[in-house]
Amino acid sequence: MFKGAEQKPRNLQEHPQVAYYGTLQYPHRLNFYDKPPLFDVTVEEFETCALDRLRILAEIESSAARNRSWEETKSVTHTQCLKYLPLSNNSATKMDLNAQRRKDHLGHFVLRLAFSRSEELRRRFVKAESTLFRIRYENDDSMERQQFLDSRDFNWILVDKDEMSEYRKELSSVSENEKFFKVKWTRVPDLVEKRRVFLKGGWAYVPAREQASVVYQDFEVQLMGALEMTNRALPRLDEDNRLLPILDNLCKGFLSGVPSDWVASAPGKEGEITADMVDDIAKQHYPLCMKNLHQNLRKDHHLKHFERLTYGLFLKVLGLSIDEAITFWRKSFTGGPAETKFDKEHKYNIRHSYGLEGRRANYPAKSCQQLLVSDSASYGCPYRYFTPDNLQTALLSAYSSQGLKSSDIPEVMQTVRSKHFHVACTRVFEITHSQYNVKKGEGVGSGESVTHPNQYTAKSMEMEKAVKENLKGEMGMEID
Amino acid sequence: MAALQTELVDVTSQEVMLTFYRRLYPFKSIFAWINHQHTPARLFTHREFAFTIKNDVYLRYNSFNTVDEFKKNVCLLTPSRFEIGPVYTVRPKDRKTARKDAFKPVQRELVFDIDMTDYDPIRTCCSEAGICKRCWTFIAAAVRVLDTAIRDQFGYQHLLWVYSGRRGIHLWISDKEAMDLNDEQRKAVVNWLSVVQAGKESGKKVHVRSGSKPLPPSLRAALDELVDIFPDLILDDQDCFGSEKGYESLLDLIPDPKIVDGLRELWTSDPTSSSSDKWADLKNQIKKCYPQKDNPKRAILSASMEDIILQYTYPRLDAEVSKHRNHLLKAPFCVHPKTGRVCVPVDPSHIDEFDPSAVPTVGQLLRELDAIGSSNEHGAEHHSDWERTSLKPYVDMLDKHTQGLMNEVRREKREMDTSW
Ligand SMILES: [Zn+2]
Repeated sequence: MFKGAEQKPRNLQEHPQVAYYGTLQYPHRLNFYDKPPLFDVTVEEFETCALDRLRILAEIESSAARNRSWEETKSVTHTQCLKYLPLSNNSATKMDLNAQRRKDHLGHFVLRLAFSRSEELRRRFVKAESTLFRIRYENDDSMERQQFLDSRDFNWILVDKDEMSEYRKELSSVSENEKFFKVKWTRVPDLVEKRRVFLKGGWAYVPAREQASVVYQDFEVQLMGALEMTNRALPRLDEDNRLLPILDNLCKGFLSGVPSDWVASAPGKEGEITADMVDDIAKQHYPLCMKNLHQNLRKDHHLKHFERLTYGLFLKVLGLSIDEAITFWRKSFTGGPAETKFDKEHKYNIRHSYGLEGRRANYPAKSCQQLLVSDSASYGCPYRYFTPDNLQTALLSAYSSQGLKSSDIPEVMQTVRSKHFHVACTRVFEITHSQYNVKKGEGVGSGESVTHPNQYTAKSMEMEKAVKENLKGEMGMEID
Repeated sequence: MAALQTELVDVTSQEVMLTFYRRLYPFKSIFAWINHQHTPARLFTHREFAFTIKNDVYLRYNSFNTVDEFKKNVCLLTPSRFEIGPVYTVRPKDRKTARKDAFKPVQRELVFDIDMTDYDPIRTCCSEAGICKRCWTFIAAAVRVLDTAIRDQFGYQHLLWVYSGRRGIHLWISDKEAMDLNDEQRKAVVNWLSVVQAGKESGKKVHVRSGSKPLPPSLRAALDELVDIFPDLILDDQDCFGSEKGYESLLDLIPDPKIVDGLRELWTSDPTSSSSDKWADLKNQIKKCYPQKDNPKRAILSASMEDIILQYTYPRLDAEVSKHRNHLLKAPFCVHPKTGRVCVPVDPSHIDEFDPSAVPTVGQLLRELDAIGSSNEHGAEHHSDWERTSLKPYVDMLDKHTQGLMNEVRREKREMDTSW
């Protein structure tokens, strides 16, 4: 796909660190992605571009699952785009437009590879991509948008004077004082469905202000066709063992509704949190998965291997230093079945997970995506792996002290039934943080969904901290 | 055949159905109609047939290579009825050898189903499975409105209307473009054509205008047709507002409390006045309450009177049937298991004269065959025995319809050839 017509990025395999970058001119901000990117990229760039775009698409999907209004979806997506995938107008002089558009171009095509593989994936990808296109189209500068429209042949026919007067009455009941374009009705099913056109002999007479529908529809049809073609060409990619895991991972992330690891960009500073603070934090700030592990640990004075690993890494990212971690675990195991083995075995494992033993790798904590596919009720995502009855009981016992009421349960369970587990978790966050003025749809902040247990906890702690500092400030004023 | 000598023919009898399929069912005509040409194409070979056999066992994903194989299997299974489904990417009978996502529907006639039960909340002459000449008027109105709308607005020409054998009618559209529509487009057609909500929601006010805009042109055309039948059908014939329940439903649809209160007072004192009188009362009440002609309230009320006419007379579609390519629909010329009537094609230009109770039944047809005698006894094949029964005009109607379809397919082919 990156060189010539062949869909196989051979160069990646042979020279993973190619230095040559071709130059591409992108005269328009909007892109129909007709042509694949014909330049070499590094595996890292390949992956980052895709992951950043995937965050946006996943947010768009969860906007739909959370029933956000179009305006809300637009503003949340716009905020996320500024962060991960900025795309400026031609008038923006300070930006490297070419680099922005190149990233947009490349990310789109990498994801095509990942999402062409099943009908379900294709359908969801087209839906999310066309929503993104639509948001950009609506936000575009009107002159630049016109230039983009003029650069393509959309195959619409301007309705001439004679026809305008022949159907004057009918057209004016659709829209007054406007130009009309004619397209085969099958190209604008959405407008036909809502009776927003005049229909005659199989032609839809589309008023100029609805023209965007034709553009969106074309975008979707064309993308769906391209994905089906990619799918047929894809078996050739199997030779490249470097890309498949990446593509697989991208798919999984999207399917579980979570783009990727919430990279612990803002973990608690080491040393801030001590072993004896954990109980309190668990009570106030944990998502259900971690509450579950913490409770089991307190109940049994023990956790099995994968449970320990999952919870231990979570605590590490939370900000427990190695010494505090050892203290925490030793205390927790006291009175349990493995108390005596602690120093011999578990201490090593804890040091290992902190990267102080063995391969000395810095292991990241498990993300929602990983917990969603873990297939375990003891350390996986409870929204996915608990039975409905158990989940309801667990939710009420874990969160009623933070304001979750039984009347909130049906909504959460409905989301779980439709398999939007992370949306359910996000909703619980919203409900239990209403004391911090978090409203429905705001997620863990600026509309972001829960994608990582540590993100959940970090955001929750941030909110509490902000409120406390505010209070301090106010009191200071009073004293003055 | 002993069974045939009795007056009542048990239509569920295998023997009866076997004779019907062997001697009367017009396989060749059905084949040509769904295949669009004389030699078997994908439209036929990749087409799903589903059979309902003994004990309501339902056999899906049958497909056949030739019309003879088709007939042989139907005679073998003697289903009480069978349905025609979509054309798939792979022959349905071979679907297990195909990759899972490689087996999917690609083409299918655009179909519509109108069933009398959707009119139960408003019809007063019959209920549920019942149907009479009077309630057929609803179906006739639906056929006229839809037939005109689809031809004029969507430009389709190959529409086949088929009586469903009891209390409804089916429409099959075979134009190339209609065959190719995806599910999203089918849904768009259905929503474009639907006005009255289906099922329990049918009593809800129709929602066809946006703001103060006039009625969309397509519905304006339908209304012009329906305004004419409203007095006869709804006011006189069905007397829809005759009862208290009937006029309360009407009052629910009037957006002006002042008018509603006035009418209710009037009608409580004389609940049995005729629907025509009540409709006139409504008009008078509007004039009384808002004497000035340019009062905007008048415009609102006259719009809602139009909406009421649509609510009571506009075609009620069973939307789910039309929305998906893979929906199956009973084949024309099948026998309705409850009534014994054959599902015959109907000419939309003579829809008003159509009498469901005059449709040939399987019993009647077999008696006609008996009367012909056994002159044909030694010929093994009975391909065209229907020619000598009252089924003939209906098969001719289908053949004529298919001829039009084939002519167009040939014309298109020629154009394709010469354009190269
Ligand atoms: Zn009746």
